[in-house]
Amino acid sequence: MTTFRLNGREVTVDVPGDTPLLWVIRDEVGLTGTKFGCGIGMCGACTIHIGGRATRSCVTPISAAEGADITTIEGIDPEGNHPVQQVWREIQVPQCGYCQSGQIMQAISLLKDYPSPTDEEIDAVMAGSLCRCMTYIRIREAIKKAAATARGDASNG
Amino acid sequence: MIKRIAAAIVGIGVAGGVGFLAYAWYPAIAPVAPPPPSSFSAAQIERGRVLAAGGYCAECHTRTDGKRGVELAGDYKMDTPFGAIFSSNITPDPETGIGHWSEAAFKRAMRKGISRDGTQLFPAFPFDHFTHMTDQDIDDVYAFLMTREPVHSVKRDNTVGFPFNIRLEQAGWKLLFLHEGPLKNDPSHDAEWNRGAYLAEGLSHCSACHTPRNLMGAEKASAPYDGAPVDNWIAPPLNEHNPTPVVWTEDEYFKYLRFGSAPLHGSAAGPMSPVVHGGLSEMPESDVHAIAHYLADIDHASSRVSQDPKAIAWAMQASMKDLVGPQVNPNAKLYAGACAACHANAGPQPVEGRPDLALNNALWLDEPTNLFQVILRGIGTTEGISTVSMPSFYHSFSDADLARLAAYLRATRTTLPPWTDLEKKAAEVRKTLPVPPVASSH
Repeated sequence: MTTFRLNGREVTVDVPGDTPLLWVIRDEVGLTGTKFGCGIGMCGACTIHIGGRATRSCVTPISAAEGADITTIEGIDPEGNHPVQQVWREIQVPQCGYCQSGQIMQAISLLKDYPSPTDEEIDAVMAGSLCRCMTYIRIREAIKKAAATARGDASNG
Repeated sequence: MIKRIAAAIVGIGVAGGVGFLAYAWYPAIAPVAPPPPSSFSAAQIERGRVLAAGGYCAECHTRTDGKRGVELAGDYKMDTPFGAIFSSNITPDPETGIGHWSEAAFKRAMRKGISRDGTQLFPAFPFDHFTHMTDQDIDDVYAFLMTREPVHSVKRDNTVGFPFNIRLEQAGWKLLFLHEGPLKNDPSHDAEWNRGAYLAEGLSHCSACHTPRNLMGAEKASAPYDGAPVDNWIAPPLNEHNPTPVVWTEDEYFKYLRFGSAPLHGSAAGPMSPVVHGGLSEMPESDVHAIAHYLADIDHASSRVSQDPKAIAWAMQASMKDLVGPQVNPNAKLYAGACAACHANAGPQPVEGRPDLALNNALWLDEPTNLFQVILRGIGTTEGISTVSMPSFYHSFSDADLARLAAYLRATRTTLPPWTDLEKKAAEVRKTLPVPPVASSH
């Protein structure tokens, strides 16, 4: 039995301790916003937050999440209006969209560590989040706009 | 004349033998009826609970291989160069635990390594440290243990082979290596240092893992706190030989020992994790400060700390290496794809919760053991920084990938010579771990 908080709600699951957290989130709890990409923690599609930090859920065994406070894309804002989601819509970042929940979760984490990120910081932190549609340019733009919005810098973008 | 000399030699030999036996022989201490829990005050039991946590009793007296055992019921498998030793049941079960042990018997075991029945105990039980504990502290631990739920549990037999299985030899070991009795107060140091020494050398027995052992399994007096392999990890040096670029200061030690992470060194993972989260986190904060104060003196932190700003500046530059612009080096790509999202740092200091590898212990040790352990196992929320976790890259990386990654990081994030035989060493560490499932699509 493993107990953790998921999007503010306490969840207890009875699965083998080595079950990937992603499987629990998608199959046991039924939240499918978090995506399965590579399954080896190399693409970023499954990114969620554990304790507020971006974490690849496909390679995190459920046993490593005991007592954790976990947030998925569904949990960052009840209406889907997290500031980062807003700029994502404004700029129309996604193309196919498959990787985007992971991109957004990684971007929120980046902005927490680096509230005004440089191109270099964006590259370094976002490099592990792959996008086959090559939306990288818009992702970078959206991150900068979200940072500017948070600063109250309305003229940017 | 020759006969006389021979007789004298035999005589001395016999006398010596008899003397040794007299020294080595301890009587059984009569069994007592298990003391009723009401015979201990709640305050004493609570003091004992905290001390038992700070001495990590449960870590070595709870089975962890196979099905996890009941806490303190023993049967923990300890691999030693002499064979496997299984720890004893220290719940107050009269038949299989220490229910019949009097306070005197318990104290003798803690101070001299002698079981209630007079048997010599192996020094896998760190009585060479507990011998320094005060009467009051030992009595409090006794009160805590005797008020636990008795658990009927028989341990497996040790696999220590001949001749090391002859318990009497332990008496000789003690003659050489046991320095019985309290630690002397060192008046050249303040009260906090002396408290730290009492805890680190006694109850919390730091050097039991952090000092290498000699051929007889005793801590090498010539190399205190030089670091040593333990449970397929490396317990790093705690003295000035610790190779990390930034010094382990009192502040770093305190954060690490209290909360599981030193911002400029890394997290408490593997066997060190329960030392923090099941042990020192239960101790009074002042005691953890005392241990940190003492250890920072062991590594001469105050005389070396002036170099730290330079080392941090270097590490922060190294941290961003190969992460900007197009990248052709496949090893750098491996790092950028798998690790940098969580470990890359820009700016003058690493961000909290973003452990920087250019400062991390695992990268600067003489062997890559701990680095491979952490990459393969990950770090759960009950370890390290207790709110966050690191994934397990067991299936992500082959041994060859691990070797490439380790070589790359060692070359770009440290100033030390390269590690050797990396692929072989990665395979060796992998062999010690259970296989997690493949996260295949379904």
